[in-house]
Amino acid sequence: MSAALSVRDLVVGYGGAPVLHGVSFDVDDGTVVALVGGNGAGKTTLLRTVSGLLAPSAGTVHLDGRDLARVGVEDRVRRGLAQVPEGRGVITELTVEENLRLGGLWRRDPAGLRAALAEMYALFEPLERRRTTLGHQLSGGERQMLAIARALVARPRVLLLDEPSLGLAPLVVAQIMRVLRELCDRTGLTVLLAEQNVAGALSVADHGLVLGLGEVVASRPAAELAGDEALRHAYLGF
Amino acid sequence: MSARRTLLLAVGGLVLAIGLTFLLDPYRNYQLAIAAAYLCATAGLTVLVGLSGQLSLGHAALMAAGGYGYALTSQALTTAGVGGLPRFLAATVAAAVAAGVLGLLLGLAGARLHGPYLAGLTLTLVVAVPAAAASVGALQGDRGIRTQFEGVPGPLRTLIALEQWQAWVALAVAAVAVTGLVLVRDGRTGLRMRAVRDDEVAAALAGIAPARVKVLAFVVSSVTAGLGGAVLTFVTQSVSPGAYTVSLSLLLLVAVVVGGLGSLLGAALGAVLLVLLPWLVGTLTDALPLPSQVTQRLDGTLALLIFGLLLILLVAGAPGGLAGALTTARARRRARRRPPAPGPTAARPVPTGGDDPTGPAARPGPVGPTATRPGEPVRTPTEG
Amino acid sequence: MDRFVFLLGTGLARGTLFALFALSLVLIWRATRIVNFAAGAMAIVGVYVGVAVTGVTGSYWWGLVATVLAGGLVGLVVERGVLRFASPRSPLSGVILAIGLVIVLQSLLGIAFGQQHEPVPAPFSDRPLRVGGVPLLSPYDVFVVVVALGLMAVLRLLFVRTTLGLQLRAAAFAPEVARLLGVRVARMRTVGWVLAAAAASLAALLAVPKELGLNPHAADMLFVYAFTVAVVGGLDSPGGALLAGLTVGVVMSLVTGYLGATLAPVAVLALLVVVLLMRPSGLFAQAEARRA
Repeated sequence: MSAALSVRDLVVGYGGAPVLHGVSFDVDDGTVVALVGGNGAGKTTLLRTVSGLLAPSAGTVHLDGRDLARVGVEDRVRRGLAQVPEGRGVITELTVEENLRLGGLWRRDPAGLRAALAEMYALFEPLERRRTTLGHQLSGGERQMLAIARALVARPRVLLLDEPSLGLAPLVVAQIMRVLRELCDRTGLTVLLAEQNVAGALSVADHGLVLGLGEVVASRPAAELAGDEALRHAYLGF
Repeated sequence: MSARRTLLLAVGGLVLAIGLTFLLDPYRNYQLAIAAAYLCATAGLTVLVGLSGQLSLGHAALMAAGGYGYALTSQALTTAGVGGLPRFLAATVAAAVAAGVLGLLLGLAGARLHGPYLAGLTLTLVVAVPAAAASVGALQGDRGIRTQFEGVPGPLRTLIALEQWQAWVALAVAAVAVTGLVLVRDGRTGLRMRAVRDDEVAAALAGIAPARVKVLAFVVSSVTAGLGGAVLTFVTQSVSPGAYTVSLSLLLLVAVVVGGLGSLLGAALGAVLLVLLPWLVGTLTDALPLPSQVTQRLDGTLALLIFGLLLILLVAGAPGGLAGALTTARARRRARRRPPAPGPTAARPVPTGGDDPTGPAARPGPVGPTATRPGEPVRTPTEG
Repeated sequence: MDRFVFLLGTGLARGTLFALFALSLVLIWRATRIVNFAAGAMAIVGVYVGVAVTGVTGSYWWGLVATVLAGGLVGLVVERGVLRFASPRSPLSGVILAIGLVIVLQSLLGIAFGQQHEPVPAPFSDRPLRVGGVPLLSPYDVFVVVVALGLMAVLRLLFVRTTLGLQLRAAAFAPEVARLLGVRVARMRTVGWVLAAAAASLAALLAVPKELGLNPHAADMLFVYAFTVAVVGGLDSPGGALLAGLTVGVVMSLVTGYLGATLAPVAVLALLVVVLLMRPSGLFAQAEARRA
């Protein structure tokens, strides 16, 4: 199995001490990798660096073996790297349909775009009824679905998800996770899922990465991680 | 700085400045008087913008309020047979009151408005000055009001010329205005203003009433601007709408930005620049062998062009202004004297990719209220 | 009564111009959170170019096209060259940079063309047509209304119906999210400035024949009116700009007609104060205004 996304020796800081010091890992093609860790471990920083919103002071990010150092945020999407930002990132002044169309912005074939939209409405049924509703009138769950659907319209190779379960009811979270898992199994989508909700994340993931204070402290199959009591106590707090 | 030290410094500075007037010829003393008048306004404006974070494009209108207040009072007192120092003092106080009342009204509006709204409102105010002067009979429209000539008092008449006397008076009023502003800045009120400027919500949670502080800042700033108008009227013996245009308002802003927002020293430098630069440029263009038509077109406009360019370059490049540049230069000199401390080079996130300008690191430091706090983290860390 | 109807008509015609100019302010505000205080000075640069082209070609229409193009070009240069340096953390820096631009552009124009007012003839008659014996709009007023409303309609279509418009809106509302979706936000911001500046230039060109004439300050009052309109309509709301433009246009026309032209600026000030104190987010703003 080859690595779809490969991160090496990433160092990122905000002017003072680095938040990430030397993070390395691979995300294998077609797998779901859960990135877990407590508050302040550096999950969001890592995702923002991979998507290009932050530039690392050292280290590399490769997508399908190609270095992304010189690729801007806007172009990383075109290369197949989509991010669902923390706090969902639905543009609340636009309608559901407009948000979705933004996802497929640079797809040149109108027919393909229409098909992709239809597929998303089928995947996330609640959205279909609210096509012309403005983003700020959606519920938290609907917003999360919309954000994920919008990222999927771009047909990404790798999907980065930042805290999709934050502030959502457990049932909604379960529904979203189930759809994701199905999608991965069906289309071979690769997912890097950052979560504080460790149990939920590990339950859908193939592999788990534990981030503690800016370093990868464990990288093991998800099932194994979920069973490691000592690690859970030390880094995950449950 | 303790209040006593401030007062001593003010008296010392005033004596020094008055001594300086003996070295200047009458025209220079006239220029000094005008600069002192501008200083009253720029000092008030720099405190308003720099300390309380409110941008006024209408300080010329506040100066005008002061000027008209001075002129009308002076006129009334002359009719009543009052003259000399009492007339001057009463008229100056009236100027401060007139500008203060207008400032209070603006401040009440400003306390509810965000930056650009307030800027637009104050700009409209200064645009409306000629119309207001035309619509109120007592203000006599475009012609304006002439005031009684205030000559050199008897005992001094043999010693100094009129221009020097005017410079003395202007400097004394400016000293009062600036001292007042220093006391406000260094006192509790100044602290409250900075707190409100930096974070209104946090200030409110700390028990400060943001609205009251903002209104107070506007009133204080307006009073000094009104004093500036009074001095200008005293020196030129007239007040008319043509003297308080949008251009003057914008130039006052240029002066405080060039000097460095929030810096009273900068306000003084800026006020001097407002007087000297047009004169210098005028002298220069007159000296050059240019056709008279070109000279006529350059007259006034070239100086404006330089002011505008200065403003843009400073805001884009050196947000600290002249005073800020002086401080950095001093700090650098001090740093050079000490051996360089070995330390880790801070890892800064490089500006993000693409041609996007929003990457904060790609931009020069902020202008305005936050300009005095360099070296902040480029981006607040998001939790993760 | 005739006079009232006439003033109403003229007011509506001027109102569409105010609305068009205010729309330019709204577009830039939405895209960059900057109130473009330089809009008047920038627009007049375009008008000077347009009038020069009309002078050379003898055709008003070529001048009109040149005005729009030159206005757009000024927008491009200003955004790329100057306002890009506005600090996103200080709302004042954008205003101050714009003020610097006003001073620079007006003094450059003054040096190049002088301060005198050059009369600019209208392409159509400015004599009011009589409808049933009542003087109403002049042909030029009709032309102004058609062009201004037409341009606003085109802009609306562009923003609502096209992919470019969708990207412009996304970039304006949520720049970071838009970038993650592949929208070239910096480019969208530039496009926004170009569109806004071109629209403002056209508005200024249409307004100049009704003013004293063309000089570097000819659009100053237009800016003040447009700012008032934008505030009354809500700085975030293009639809509000149109409604507020017509309202302010009629109010100003009535004030000028019944009380005298000198009072107009005082009336604007009064209107601005009342609206700002009653509803700072604007009379016609639908959504709650964002914090500046």
